[in-house]
Amino acid sequence: MSTFEIVMVAIVAAICGMGSVLDEGQTHRPLIACTLIGLVLGDVKTGIILGGTLELMALGWMNVGASMAPDAALASIVSTILVIVGHQSIGAGIAVAIPIAAAGQVLTIFVRTITVFFQHLADKYAESSNFKGIELCHFIALLLQGLRVALPAVLVAVAAETGLVTDLLNAIPDVVTRGLQIAGGFIVVVGYAMVINMMSAKYLMPFFFLGFVVAAFTGINLVGFGIVGAVLAVLYIQLNPKYNTKNVAVGEIDEL
Amino acid sequence: MEDKKLTKKDLNSMFFRSWFLLGSFNFERMQSIGFCVTLIPAIKRLYSKKEDQREALKRHLEFFNTQPFISAPIMGVTAAMEEQKANGQPIDDATISGVKVGLMGPLAGVGDPIYWGTLRPVLAALGASIALTGSIVGPLLFFLLFNVCRLATKWYGLKYGYEKGTEIVSDMSGNRLRKLTESASILGLFVMGALVSKWTSINVPLVVSKYTGTDGKEVITTVQMILDQLMPGLLPLLLTFLCMKLLKKKVNAIALIFALFAVGIIGYALGVLA
Repeated sequence: MSTFEIVMVAIVAAICGMGSVLDEGQTHRPLIACTLIGLVLGDVKTGIILGGTLELMALGWMNVGASMAPDAALASIVSTILVIVGHQSIGAGIAVAIPIAAAGQVLTIFVRTITVFFQHLADKYAESSNFKGIELCHFIALLLQGLRVALPAVLVAVAAETGLVTDLLNAIPDVVTRGLQIAGGFIVVVGYAMVINMMSAKYLMPFFFLGFVVAAFTGINLVGFGIVGAVLAVLYIQLNPKYNTKNVAVGEIDEL
Repeated sequence: MEDKKLTKKDLNSMFFRSWFLLGSFNFERMQSIGFCVTLIPAIKRLYSKKEDQREALKRHLEFFNTQPFISAPIMGVTAAMEEQKANGQPIDDATISGVKVGLMGPLAGVGDPIYWGTLRPVLAALGASIALTGSIVGPLLFFLLFNVCRLATKWYGLKYGYEKGTEIVSDMSGNRLRKLTESASILGLFVMGALVSKWTSINVPLVVSKYTGTDGKEVITTVQMILDQLMPGLLPLLLTFLCMKLLKKKVNAIALIFALFAVGIIGYALGVLA
């Protein structure tokens, strides 16, 4: 790997690391992060396919309230480096991604605790109405989040080339890698379950079953499902009596 | 004395700053510095005395946490209240903090299911299903569509909040937000149902019966074939319900993923899964 490539990996990793705390542009999602690393390392296609696979697994990973998702950014970047530079299979990439996501989550917790320090520094700057100081606190904290991913990524990139990591991964028996790939086919349900639980409205579950049955027996693609789902939502809202309290007819029927 | 008023430039600056709301997220006061940094252009415009600036900065370094896109209308409302305060209206610190805190909970309750529960999973699944074929269209589609929605929410949310000012508080109590949340849930659940059925693969190749047919060809029936005749996607559906139950019982998601990996490896080793 050239120095240029390593620098680019560091930059992309930093952007994705910052993205994972910001949760705005979604650069930390596997779909984007793997694609970008693939681009940097000269094998976009592998990056995209790995990104798509990991994205499906990470579908339900989200930061809601104060709870934190596993670190998709670090997992995506490190596994893409291993697959492309370390010449591993997509299956092996998936296999390493999950433990890395868990480790990354610990790192994120660590950095989010360190930044409490900046909170108190900002309080001090507020006392002297120092605008620049507060802004500095904010963006240095953001930079730390970038380094959180960039540093491990560079370490792995360098190690992957020496063959150290590759030898380690090659030692994994076939039963494990193939088994992991099979598991990759249905591991998505954990993500689905998280999303469904979040909506957690029992009375809306018929819509879930409707989607399931329609998909099982037809060949409609996801765009079609989006449109049908939106139409169903509009119909439900329009016809639901609880949104039509002004409707006199309902009252009349009650009185009968 | 002329009224102090935020300029278009101030609002633009707030819009850009709001992209970094979560930058200094910490476990003590969460998005507090990010909120303060977003409000800085307004504070600079509205207060010229150091003392007033200090009070305003302290006001906005209080605990704050909400869904980041939905934070924009709250920032708009807050800016409008600061503007009224700077012009001598009797608004005290507690009112501003009260509105902020009062809005962040309910709005997060709307924003989380819409953006994290519906928009992102749906667009990500769409993007990922295209990406699996190796096409760059997948990631591009996800990135562009998601960010268009995000920027539109933030831009119009900020402007709406600022223009509506304190009125927005009473507006929230209406049915509109509930309708929006419920619609998003319906769409999300419907697509989730389709995803469970179509984009999940479990294959049980265990052979149930094997005989040589009248035409001399061997006919094999596997467990999977029987299941598919009953209902395609039945196993993923059951597995999804199992996961939902376990997650509700506070089983860690990562632990669940590891467990399923183990199922995959053991299942393959025993020949039950392929």
